[in-house]
Amino acid sequence: MGSLPDIFSTLMQGLKVTLLVLVLSIICSTIIALVAGLSRVSTNRLVTGVTGFYVEIFRGTSLIVQLFWFSYALPGLFNIHLGSDIWVAVLAISLNYGAYMSEIVRGSIQAVPAGQTEASIALNLSKFQRMRHIIIPQAVRMMLPEYGNYLIQILKATSLVSLIGLTDLLYYGNIYRSTHLSDSPTVYLLLLVMYFVIALPLIGFTKKMERVSKKGVALG
Amino acid sequence: MDEPIVKYQDVHKSFGDIEVLKGIDLDIQPAEKVALIGPSGSGKTTIIRMLMTLEEPTMGVIDVGGRNLWQMEKKGEWVRADDSHLHSIRGDIGMVFQHFNLFPHMTILENCMLAPVLVKNESKKEVKATAVEMLEKVGLGDKIDLYPAQLSGGQKQRVAMARALMMRPKVMLFDEVTSALDPELVGEVLEVIRDLAKEGEMAMILVTHEMDFALDIADRVVFLNDGVIEEEGHPEDILVNPKSERLQDFLSRFTVNR
Repeated sequence: MGSLPDIFSTLMQGLKVTLLVLVLSIICSTIIALVAGLSRVSTNRLVTGVTGFYVEIFRGTSLIVQLFWFSYALPGLFNIHLGSDIWVAVLAISLNYGAYMSEIVRGSIQAVPAGQTEASIALNLSKFQRMRHIIIPQAVRMMLPEYGNYLIQILKATSLVSLIGLTDLLYYGNIYRSTHLSDSPTVYLLLLVMYFVIALPLIGFTKKMERVSKKGVALG
Repeated sequence: MDEPIVKYQDVHKSFGDIEVLKGIDLDIQPAEKVALIGPSGSGKTTIIRMLMTLEEPTMGVIDVGGRNLWQMEKKGEWVRADDSHLHSIRGDIGMVFQHFNLFPHMTILENCMLAPVLVKNESKKEVKATAVEMLEKVGLGDKIDLYPAQLSGGQKQRVAMARALMMRPKVMLFDEVTSALDPELVGEVLEVIRDLAKEGEMAMILVTHEMDFALDIADRVVFLNDGVIEEEGHPEDILVNPKSERLQDFLSRFTVNR
């Protein structure tokens, strides 16, 4: 029977990988979401077509399968190596969640009332200035609450990376359990608590953004 | 008479299968105040939206200051205007909207400062001084740091006017600017427009249902019906002694006090 501090210190060895994958995935998926979301509202058919294809492929297939593809299938089939396992994981999670989040970006941009564009045309702002100063600032306020939700989901998705051999929280939990079978309940309870504690700031962020977004958005 | 500042020549506009404007010919002189009246759906708003480049005519020509707005010359041929062509002309036009369309994420001072700083590259300090002056002129000098959501409809519309005036347009368009307001707030907005009209040098086209107001400030009233100009002339002639049956019928729905 292992003691709680024992289990805890074992799990803590995986914290760094979980946090690293989480932070890198948040950064990369945000960039992907912004680029893809803006591309989808472009007037260029080729640009909207290509991004539409990307979004549907990555939304329509499972993240675990994507992880395995990047990790095992691409190197095996085409001899494509995407770098260290950490980067493979970050790339798969970011492309997957970037696809989902790009839909929030697109939806928010389209939800800014047409009158806002018309007013900025009447003031002779250029296309770029309209986007930069009028549409995007308002769209961002609308997308933030849902964006926060996706950050929490990304955290939970990071627990899949142990399946391609990354040594994250869940990986160490499983290692510990395999040698201390009777401690299974404690191990998994502790894991739940740890994920929840990491999620807390993200939950707080989401709540805060819900308040922010209520202010300063057009209602006519 | 001067050269007209705006000239519509046989302008048509269709939305899908529906022809909203069926050949509009209309000249606006510099500094002239023109009221556009007519039943809803008669195409009044579309006329000014095409001038603001928010709608493209299906056919016909609109000149602004002698330049063709919606077509440009390229290698000896007239082609559809591109963004930079429209940009170079629409600086002369300003517009106030029925639903204000203030930028909700900016204070009213920022609303007024944005375009002059971005579009005209004027110095922030000077623009701020002008904006404060302009907001004082519309009676909101003590509210410059508030956000649009904190204002009443009448106040919002006055901000929208100050914001449009900041660009110093030669022609200002008013699209039913009092229609979305509570009745008790209409007066304060009309008052600002009346002051602007008295100042003089800016041409104004007003789409309006305020007949008394049109009678009071307009140099000319244009009655639109079913996509054509049915009757136009001096406000007294149009509003007090209408000739066509349709105009008489339309006016019978309003009480004109004179």
